[in-house]
Amino acid sequence: MQIDLRTVAIKPLRHTFDHLVERFGDKPASRYQEGSYNIQQEHIFHYRPTWDADRVLFDKKRTKIQMKDWYALKDPRQYYYGAYTIARARQQDAAESSFEMIEDRGLAELIPADLKQIALDVLVPMRHVEWGGNMGNSYITAYGYGTVITQPCLYHAMDHLGVAQYLTRIGLVLDGPDALDAAKDAWMSGALWQPMRRHVENMLVLDDWFEIFVAQNLVLEGLLNPMLYDYLDAEFSAKGGTAISMMTRFMAEWSTETAKWIDAQIKTAAAESPENKEQLGAWVKHYRSATREALAPIARRAFGDQADDVLADLVSEFNARCAKLGLAV
Amino acid sequence: MDMKANKKKLGLKEKYAHMTRGLDWQTTYQPMDKVFPQATFEGIKIHDWEKWEDPFRLTMDAYWKYQAEKERKLYAVLDAFAQNNGHLGITDARYLNAVKLFLTGISPLEYVAHRGFAAAGRNFPGVGPRVACLMQSIDEIRHAQTQIHALSNYNKFYEGFHAGAAHQIERIWYLSVPKSFFDDAFSAGPFEWMIAIGFSFEYVLTNLLFVPFMSGAAYNGDMATVTFGFSAQSDEARHMTLGLECIKFMLEQDPDNLPIVQKWIDKWAWRGIRVLTLVGMMMDYMLPKRVMSWKEAWEIYFEQNGGALFNDLAKYGIKVPDCITQCTVDKEHISHQAWCTFYQYAHASAFHTWLPNAEEMDWLSAKYPNTFDKYYRPRYEQWREMADKGERFYNNTLPMLCQVCQIPMVFTEPDDPSKICYRESDYQGEKYHTCSDGCKHIFDDEPEKYIQAWLPVHQIYQGNCWPEGTDPTAEGFDPMAKVLEWYHIENGKDNLDYEGSGDQANFAAWRGAATQNT
Repeated sequence: MQIDLRTVAIKPLRHTFDHLVERFGDKPASRYQEGSYNIQQEHIFHYRPTWDADRVLFDKKRTKIQMKDWYALKDPRQYYYGAYTIARARQQDAAESSFEMIEDRGLAELIPADLKQIALDVLVPMRHVEWGGNMGNSYITAYGYGTVITQPCLYHAMDHLGVAQYLTRIGLVLDGPDALDAAKDAWMSGALWQPMRRHVENMLVLDDWFEIFVAQNLVLEGLLNPMLYDYLDAEFSAKGGTAISMMTRFMAEWSTETAKWIDAQIKTAAAESPENKEQLGAWVKHYRSATREALAPIARRAFGDQADDVLADLVSEFNARCAKLGLAV
Repeated sequence: MDMKANKKKLGLKEKYAHMTRGLDWQTTYQPMDKVFPQATFEGIKIHDWEKWEDPFRLTMDAYWKYQAEKERKLYAVLDAFAQNNGHLGITDARYLNAVKLFLTGISPLEYVAHRGFAAAGRNFPGVGPRVACLMQSIDEIRHAQTQIHALSNYNKFYEGFHAGAAHQIERIWYLSVPKSFFDDAFSAGPFEWMIAIGFSFEYVLTNLLFVPFMSGAAYNGDMATVTFGFSAQSDEARHMTLGLECIKFMLEQDPDNLPIVQKWIDKWAWRGIRVLTLVGMMMDYMLPKRVMSWKEAWEIYFEQNGGALFNDLAKYGIKVPDCITQCTVDKEHISHQAWCTFYQYAHASAFHTWLPNAEEMDWLSAKYPNTFDKYYRPRYEQWREMADKGERFYNNTLPMLCQVCQIPMVFTEPDDPSKICYRESDYQGEKYHTCSDGCKHIFDDEPEKYIQAWLPVHQIYQGNCWPEGTDPTAEGFDPMAKVLEWYHIENGKDNLDYEGSGDQANFAAWRGAATQNT
């Protein structure tokens, strides 16, 4: 059954803005399209940046990757601010109820001591790695080109801050504020974390924003997130650490979702030109070995003598993913 | 179980402190000055970033939750507005010209603010200000997008919106005024950015920019814009707090920062006040239902509220900028001088203009007893007379622009409202012109920056403002028609007088169809 309310219908003069008509034809545009395409200025800038005098404010030359149309790098999730915050609000609501349940019922006390220690040693210091991810992605937002890629990078930066805060909460739930100090000490001077800290610091001094995207979002997250939220999570669940899995639920869902977006960027950029494909492949190879080296001691702490197998699996899954994206790695 | 005794729930403030505490670190594998290359070049000295008091104390989960709630409400209203011909509820379609100015002149600034705060959120070597800046960065893209979404429905039914939010700000002469303000700030370093945008724009001037537009929307039945305004209000409050916090932090960290900060305050107060000319004109001339006069707004929000702010900052040694003396004279003139300019150049503007009617002129006389009847009413009466005779006055030469604020040189001498104010500086054998002592002072301090200005009038004369492939030697070549094409201004639709425009006719017909049975 259907009922039709009658309204005063006025024929519109046009359906959307000129640049969207040019791109997609004169039809109603989505909120993602209206809020993302061509809202960054392109051609005319008044003053050279004092911090980068050879380039203009928004400049296509801040990366070796080149696109005929930077708006080809669209976000398959079609996140504009509203869609993004509403999606994350739903996820945080679920995460919050997990944390509440764990805190209210003291479920953390039931976690076997060895698993709890792994979580403290491996997950909590990872908040600093997330902070590095925040910095890399805010850099891309500031200096990248074209809102369809700079915008989701800010969302990704904020997500990294959110994840850093969830990891912080895990530390607080497991061992109170002391957990954070211990994690910071481990990050600054523990042998386990030095290769990773060196790797993260090396990424903080990169100039090329697309290189950061590859090093951080594709490679580091592509190996690290499955290691933590897939492999390690399976260990936690299997051995009585379900409470930890509950606390990393946000991250598990988030890394699957964001990987789809990251894949779309790499795939599109690689398909653009042989030069892009070659450059992306070279970056992937370089950062894959750097990341693997950085992950090795952490994997040993997490998986013991299974570590090499886990890392080998992770790398081979990662390679298969890259092959699907059109990269020769 | 006694082991749970120490697991008391953390309070919000305490929880927040842990959430960001120690996230950052002193890098050792790479030097700090390579990780934060923009931290020192402006000369600002910060000794202890930990002293930063985070004014927001928002964790990401709380941010997502609150903001998503606001988004759901906002979009529900926007959907209802579109579904029910909400655009017919405005006082008059003439009002929409103020909204066109907002979409083309202000929304693009929200976008640049988003990018600039992302840069600040990357560049400060302290976790507190970085998180605060990133939150502002994401808020700013929210504002750019929600404004576009709120105004998108008007674009479907009215002229002058179709170019969207970025095309015209790069090109059109009067939009280079707000654009150059933000380009200026973003091309400076992160600390100056915070004074320019965080403090001057967001703290000192918000009540004179954001508030008048949103109040204008409320007074004129513009449900779409005002709903955005209410939805953004709490964000704006946070941004104001950040701006103030930041300036206090710089001043508290080292006494050597004072002269730098003072210089920036002086510069950005004047830069901002010049941009506000457009807002003053909007308040006095463009709203069918007026909120208050520009002069009243200036007195309440700047002279009174701003006075209190500077009293507060006096303990750090900050002085009220010198330019404020001139503002007390200017407040009686600038809105009239601006509207007179737009009236003469209505053919080159992306919105309509009109002459104030008798009732509006009386309102202006009452609000500006010292100046309106003496200097401006006769001008409008003369133009009215000419228009009635079919000789509507258009100025067909292009005006000289101020090298700094980029407003046409139409302002008058502070002590003589009958004389245009010109200032001149020499730099590397060239002469540069500015509209005021304030702008000249800014130019003279950084001439190497301001000589780069892309002045729209110069660029038109140099032939840089035509669509690609234009042949200026072709027979019958009409340079201004080509400029309008390049601007995406449809001649006869988007520009000229409101009287007789398509907007006026359509609004009358549509409202008739919606309220009558014939």
